[in-house]
Amino acid sequence: MIDYSKVLNSTVQEIKPSGIRKFFDIAATMDDVISLGVGEPDFKTPWQIRKAGINALERGKTRYTSNWGLSALRDEISVYYERKYGVKYSPEDEILVSVGGSEAIDNAIRAIVQRGDEVIIPQPSYVCYEPMTMLAGGTPVIIETRAEDDFKVTPELLKNVITPKTKLLILPYPCNPTGAIMERKDIEALSQVLKSTNILVISDEIYSELNFGDEGHVAVASVDGMRERTVTVNGFSKSFSMTGWRLGYACGPNEIIGQITKIHQFGIMSAPTMSQYAAIEALRSCDEAVESMKEEYNRRRRFIVNGFNKAGLICREPKGAFYAFPCIKSTGMTSDEFCEKLIETKRVALVPGTAFGKGGEGFVRASYCYSVEHITEALNRVEEFVSELKNR
Amino acid sequence: MKNEILKLLNRNARYTVEELATMLDMNVNDIKAEIKRLEKDGVICGYKTVIDWEKLDGAYVSAIIEINVVPKADCGFEEVAEKISSYDEVESVYLMSGGYDLNVVVKGKTLQDVARFVARELAPMDSVTSTATHFVLRRYKELDVKLCENEVDDRGQILL
Repeated sequence: MIDYSKVLNSTVQEIKPSGIRKFFDIAATMDDVISLGVGEPDFKTPWQIRKAGINALERGKTRYTSNWGLSALRDEISVYYERKYGVKYSPEDEILVSVGGSEAIDNAIRAIVQRGDEVIIPQPSYVCYEPMTMLAGGTPVIIETRAEDDFKVTPELLKNVITPKTKLLILPYPCNPTGAIMERKDIEALSQVLKSTNILVISDEIYSELNFGDEGHVAVASVDGMRERTVTVNGFSKSFSMTGWRLGYACGPNEIIGQITKIHQFGIMSAPTMSQYAAIEALRSCDEAVESMKEEYNRRRRFIVNGFNKAGLICREPKGAFYAFPCIKSTGMTSDEFCEKLIETKRVALVPGTAFGKGGEGFVRASYCYSVEHITEALNRVEEFVSELKNR
Repeated sequence: MKNEILKLLNRNARYTVEELATMLDMNVNDIKAEIKRLEKDGVICGYKTVIDWEKLDGAYVSAIIEINVVPKADCGFEEVAEKISSYDEVESVYLMSGGYDLNVVVKGKTLQDVARFVARELAPMDSVTSTATHFVLRRYKELDVKLCENEVDDRGQILL
């Protein structure tokens, strides 16, 4: 008998599977569950983008593309990042088209990190950075961002964890699950801390189109001193409702992107071809569709924040992404208990903040990728739940 | 702001003023005043429910009637359009470009009801020169609302 635990990669074995899966599998067996759990747009991919994908298939555009991605798509990405965020990337050698943002993040970490390197990861945040760092042999160093700082990385928090071993800083803004954003002055402050170091940055900007702050999304690389050290990762999933097309990209100095591309070349070869053709259309002619989805998200955002506060759960204004992150400490429960009880008694599915790191304790994530009617029903049930707790 | 309110009410006329105010980041009283103004100005002409009658036993039938009319020298199509509009059986009346003049949607309990109404009321009108009746077999979408929606939310495979 093979003792697999002795045979298989011990680092992989150390990685814990997400506990949420089990929770939602239970939810799936219940009737009448109303979920605010999904982190995926409810909008369909705009029709003109789907049509471009269909056209690509009809024309038989089903072969590999260049490892870097279609040059027409890289041209469009270059134009897009410059016109939207004022950062110029050369389509020839500074942009890599990847299989979703996640592949770009994984490859970037692997291109940068080796054994013994420390990678600074702010939490609560999306769940991939820590395991990817471990798989690359690096050591995750967690910054617990705080509600009172609006879950931003502050220069103080950053300074506290920098050591001679620090190789990389992840900046996941706009942030899943907190909805936090980093404004220009916030990034400038970090730039001051980083400027005398060789620390590189991966800026995960997958939610860049969903930034409801006054100054809109600020690309990390657009801040003085940041471009040379930053790998900008973005993609089509969230902004264009294209999750299933699996398409993202990484931009940065050729010295880094060139190395990342080698990993991509051997692991993936090239991103899905029809998706790339569709994405060209997305960048060329979908500003209006993106804007109208954003407006709808914004209405829902105000609605859900108002609803949680009315229900007696303090909910700060999330300025980005499509999540609210209300505080449930007033109930005296842990995040896990709150979510379990809520689904048991009221059949509403939320995600405990702890799914996104220990610092998420005391909070829950509620996605507003749902119709206002759906959100209203969920909020009514949450309000009932909270008021019953108080009256007990 | 006007357009924003109308867009949302057009989606769901039952949004409360409080809900509208939250979604649009506006004051409740401003919303109330604006809606009142829109009603007074006749921009908002009414609030209706979208009903899929086929789901009920007492379903009714409806037909689209294409009507050709001789316009009057002094008032064009107005007089006959108004006259047709005044019948309870008539759901909507449009003046059309193209091959015929008026598009009239008529409803009734049975096919015979509708046919009778056309034959007895619409066709004999002085200025009406011809009618063509097309019965509606099935409604897929009514006033922006899909009636045959069986789509399930298939998200949730990836949660975080």
